[in-house]
Amino acid sequence: MRMGSGWLWLALPAAGALLPQAPKYGVGRPPAPEEIRRLGITVAPDGTGLPAGSGTAVEGREIFAARCARCHGPKGEGGDAPALVGGQGTLATPKPRKTVGSFWPYATTVWDYVNRAMPFDQPGSLRPPEVYAVVAQVLHLNGIVAEDQVLNAKTLPKVRMPNRDGFVADPRPDVKPARP
Amino acid sequence: MKHSQPSTRRGVLKLGATLGGGFLAPAARAADAGSGRLGRPLGPYGERSPFEKSVRWTRQSKTPEAGSSFTPLQDSHGILTPSALHYERHHGGIPDVDPSRHRLVLDGLVERPLILTMEEIRRLPSVSRIYFVECGGNSGSEWGAKTAPDAQRGYGLASCSEWTGVPLALLLEEVGVRPGASWVIAEGADACRMQRSIPLAKAQENLLLAYGQNGEALRPEQGYPLRLIVPGWEGATHVKWLQRILITDQPYMSRDETSKYTDLMPDGKARIFTFVLEAKSVVTFPSGGQRLAGPGLYEVTGLAWSGRGRIERVEVTTDGGRSWQQAQLQDPRLPIAFTRFRFPWRWEGGEAGIASRSTDETGYVQPTREALLQARGPNSGYHFNGIKMWKVLADGSVSNADG
Repeated sequence: MRMGSGWLWLALPAAGALLPQAPKYGVGRPPAPEEIRRLGITVAPDGTGLPAGSGTAVEGREIFAARCARCHGPKGEGGDAPALVGGQGTLATPKPRKTVGSFWPYATTVWDYVNRAMPFDQPGSLRPPEVYAVVAQVLHLNGIVAEDQVLNAKTLPKVRMPNRDGFVADPRPDVKPARP
Repeated sequence: MKHSQPSTRRGVLKLGATLGGGFLAPAARAADAGSGRLGRPLGPYGERSPFEKSVRWTRQSKTPEAGSSFTPLQDSHGILTPSALHYERHHGGIPDVDPSRHRLVLDGLVERPLILTMEEIRRLPSVSRIYFVECGGNSGSEWGAKTAPDAQRGYGLASCSEWTGVPLALLLEEVGVRPGASWVIAEGADACRMQRSIPLAKAQENLLLAYGQNGEALRPEQGYPLRLIVPGWEGATHVKWLQRILITDQPYMSRDETSKYTDLMPDGKARIFTFVLEAKSVVTFPSGGQRLAGPGLYEVTGLAWSGRGRIERVEVTTDGGRSWQQAQLQDPRLPIAFTRFRFPWRWEGGEAGIASRSTDETGYVQPTREALLQARGPNSGYHFNGIKMWKVLADGSVSNADG
């Protein structure tokens, strides 16, 4: 390789770091788009990964009653499974109640979790419009969205959860021992 | 209960057999000299002695698929946990995964997305490492006014195994992480498709894609056929039944890193991404529920561990914390692994308060429960690593000191 001007000489290592290098082991193969799609939709707080479709709390009422209420209570007040509703204003009290409404910082997380893991005994059985609708109902029961507010890939990430700013970085080690 | 009376009785019999010889009844001699009957034939997969009864403890639950089971640390020897007694924490039950159909996908912000079969993963250069795994919620009982009655229920969401697999760093180089990437999202193939976000820097440091545990394939409840090992970080990040590593430019704020596994402080703010498990230890003998047979010599023993590296020192008190003395540490001391400590102690009878205090290689000293409560309040739920005091009563019974 010819060493050119000083500028080129400096640029070469940087460019090398950015250029894709050949795989060292060459084991495995590129996945087909279908193989990635089959893994499902992982949803980021900015909405990345949310699929098409939409739903409102009105549409979600029946689904919630049929698929969620048995464990989470008719109004999401809790039962065999945790409460989804209530607890706002309790986090700084001696008896904090952590629910979707009082604690969860992102509405996208509710969508992601309902879609991947709920209902508990039939996870992944809700279609995207049903997930949007039931998430809308849970948020509506918490007074966060109106019952006719349409949730979709654009509007859901914009829903501001009450505890959005309730999280702080890990400051540990935070406890100093008192040595005898 | 290996230290309780039966073993002492065996010891007496043995001593009698050695000294008394032919004067002993035939039955007693038979225990040492053989039964005179042919034993069982060889077998394909070993079972422990039917006399050994130690098992995991599980809290009753209406959703046992989403529960946890606790390792019987009080019965453990050395530093390794038998795979069959490794603690469990599942969020959607234990899936039966066929390894011939299982795939791992690495995609997202990479130059060359990759899908691998288990057979292909096993062809890559592998390593074996001994690491403890501890649930972020281990010792959650200790935050409350009524703490756990024994070592198993209080500290048993921690276990230690030898893990074999492929360093994730190797595959991250293979796929070529693109500039701008800063997190990886690990996803499991269980019913709830357990998902956790892990900073890319940690993923490039020492994570393992493990398929082996203690010399054989992972147990199904430990993620068969493939799990993530995230040394020193809370157990929920060690995603089991691992099927995807998504490389991204942001954490995905999944349910199990926002609504769960975050630590609520008295001011209403919760600490998030509290990954590391700080130095901790517990005396496993004598511990709650056990009984000393009578005054005399005993070996106080227990386990210490730290997510930040090696255990440097363990001190033991037998007088309720008034004085502390250095315990002997089992070699080799491995980083991010259980370290066994031992301390000879002569019990004179009467009450005693027994506890251990560990210090890791960073100089961090295991705090008291009171110091933790003062710093974090009673509602943080996770990451309790405080000193556990056991109380020995005059009759030899052992219980939690606050009970």
